[in-house]
Amino acid sequence: MNGFLAWIEERIPLMRVANMHAIQYPAPKNMNFWYVFGFLATIVLVNQIVTGIWLTMNFVPSAEGAFASVEYIMREIDYGWIIRYMHSTGASAFFIVVYMHMFRGMIYGSYQKPRELLWVFGMLIYLALMAEAFMGYVLPWGQMSYWGAQVIVSLFGAIPVIGPDLVIWIQGDYVISGATLNRFFALHVIALPLVIVILVFLHIIALHEVGSNNPDGIAIKHKKGSLPESEKTKYEIHEYYTSKYDIADDVLPFFPHIVLKDLVAFCIFLGLFTYVLFFAPEMGGKFLEHPNFEIANPLKTPEHIFPVWYFTPFYAILKAVPDKLFGVLAMFGAIAALFALPWLDRGKVKSWRYRCGLHKVNLIVFAIVFVFLGYLGGTPQENWKIIASQIATVMYFGFFIALFIYSKNENTKPVPARISK
Amino acid sequence: MSNVSVDATESAHNENQPENNTRRRFLTVATSVVGGVGAVGAAVPFIASWNPSAKAKAAGADVEVDISGIEPGQLIRVMWRSKPVWIVRRTPEILEQLGNHEGELKDPNSEAEQQPVFAQNRFRSLKEEYLILVGICTHLGCSPQHLKGGAFEEIVEGVPDGFFCPCHGSKFDMAGRVFQNVPAPLNLVVPPYQFVDDATVIIGSEAEAV
Repeated sequence: MNGFLAWIEERIPLMRVANMHAIQYPAPKNMNFWYVFGFLATIVLVNQIVTGIWLTMNFVPSAEGAFASVEYIMREIDYGWIIRYMHSTGASAFFIVVYMHMFRGMIYGSYQKPRELLWVFGMLIYLALMAEAFMGYVLPWGQMSYWGAQVIVSLFGAIPVIGPDLVIWIQGDYVISGATLNRFFALHVIALPLVIVILVFLHIIALHEVGSNNPDGIAIKHKKGSLPESEKTKYEIHEYYTSKYDIADDVLPFFPHIVLKDLVAFCIFLGLFTYVLFFAPEMGGKFLEHPNFEIANPLKTPEHIFPVWYFTPFYAILKAVPDKLFGVLAMFGAIAALFALPWLDRGKVKSWRYRCGLHKVNLIVFAIVFVFLGYLGGTPQENWKIIASQIATVMYFGFFIALFIYSKNENTKPVPARISK
Repeated sequence: MSNVSVDATESAHNENQPENNTRRRFLTVATSVVGGVGAVGAAVPFIASWNPSAKAKAAGADVEVDISGIEPGQLIRVMWRSKPVWIVRRTPEILEQLGNHEGELKDPNSEAEQQPVFAQNRFRSLKEEYLILVGICTHLGCSPQHLKGGAFEEIVEGVPDGFFCPCHGSKFDMAGRVFQNVPAPLNLVVPPYQFVDDATVIIGSEAEAV
């Protein structure tokens, strides 16, 4: 057996990579529950890929066949319903864990130097994921698929000069049609999953190059030769890390310590996920919207039309601006602002534990505003909601502006030199 | 704790090492088993969904055929599980011929296990008058031609009726039995079937043994 492994190792660096990126990867020992969402996102990604492959085995990507083939999967394929609900519930679960993962990055300053690229890769994953989810929602060819596609594709029509032609080019027709469905299918099942998997790979490589942040935002890697032997970790850490830095006695090897913690989170996640899967797969119309149980009808818009819940904050921003072009710009600007976070935050201290009180308030208000925008974007239009969404939109961008201003000369608390002291 | 170097071994030994390893081993094994059961359970839907769907099963269900209108010597084709099934009403002359060329057949008594028990005889049928076969050559899946009223003489001398496969030249007699020196290895397949009454046959299932 050892001979066989050695034979492999001489030809491909199996154990070297496993040791470097998992078994002997130094993880800060104060990682808390916020740190399980990256692992959970990976699990959900695998779920989406596997169930997605199985769905394509029976899905018919055409305007004539799509809706019926989804019904066929639900009613006539053995266990087809469970595979489809795993995929649809997985889509919402993906956004839940990704939003938690992103908020973790924000409160502990995981986007700050030297993790800017790590954050940008993460944001690119988020962007690709939104495109993936949008196109996936079009495929069943129900009423919400059709009219959702109509609205989102029309957004590109707001671009000056080229807009109207661009819309026709995206649709491949003068309206949303079978041609649109077919190209969205190709992008949804091949192009974007490939992009997402590659970005996840880059995200992890970038993470392991700069090292994991932690709730205290304290570096665990120190300049070579700066730590006395007694303060270096006693665990076996891969020489890739120890040869360049002194690794403080603040770390645990990723395996088994962090893996086991992640597995506990995985069990809890599975409990919640399967509950939704078996008892509330439509989540009262939030995960699968009711009009989507009706086949697409280009002559009749559903009475209330919203995107799925994970897009509603941005949808509310779009609706808040009483101008087509500026509404679209505000919506994309809301995402662009997140991309720019590493440069908008001029602070040197990472974790909110050691930053000024205003920063904590700012973060919490931001989270509340984001959820509130989600509520506004996902419920029927009422008069008071117009002004409310305008206020919330200003507050959303206010977070970034305020951060940019106060982070220049911030009153921070002293940051401990080491996690364990 | 083998990955702890010598310095930490002592403290690690005091704080972390269990007094005996049985409980830890039990927990590891129990957790692995539960996880394994979960993985197997999760695999069930993915494996089972490859089975024929309800639609495919419905399409593959038994077929009921009215045979009252078949003329003597006539062959009708019906579809069962997307395959051609032949029903031939054999005349007494055809039945008589069956005994004449048995020396030229590969398996005149249908001893190879490929048909319902009732078809393991010269006539290969429940009722001698009606021959029911899956009309697909046992060589590579073409559907042979029915040559009758002496047309088969050109293929096999002295045998006026039979089936000839245009693809690779396999020859079968009017009981679907394969001749020697042709590529087809086996007699034509007799599907399971049963007579509901004199005019109706169900293809796809045999009568329950009484």
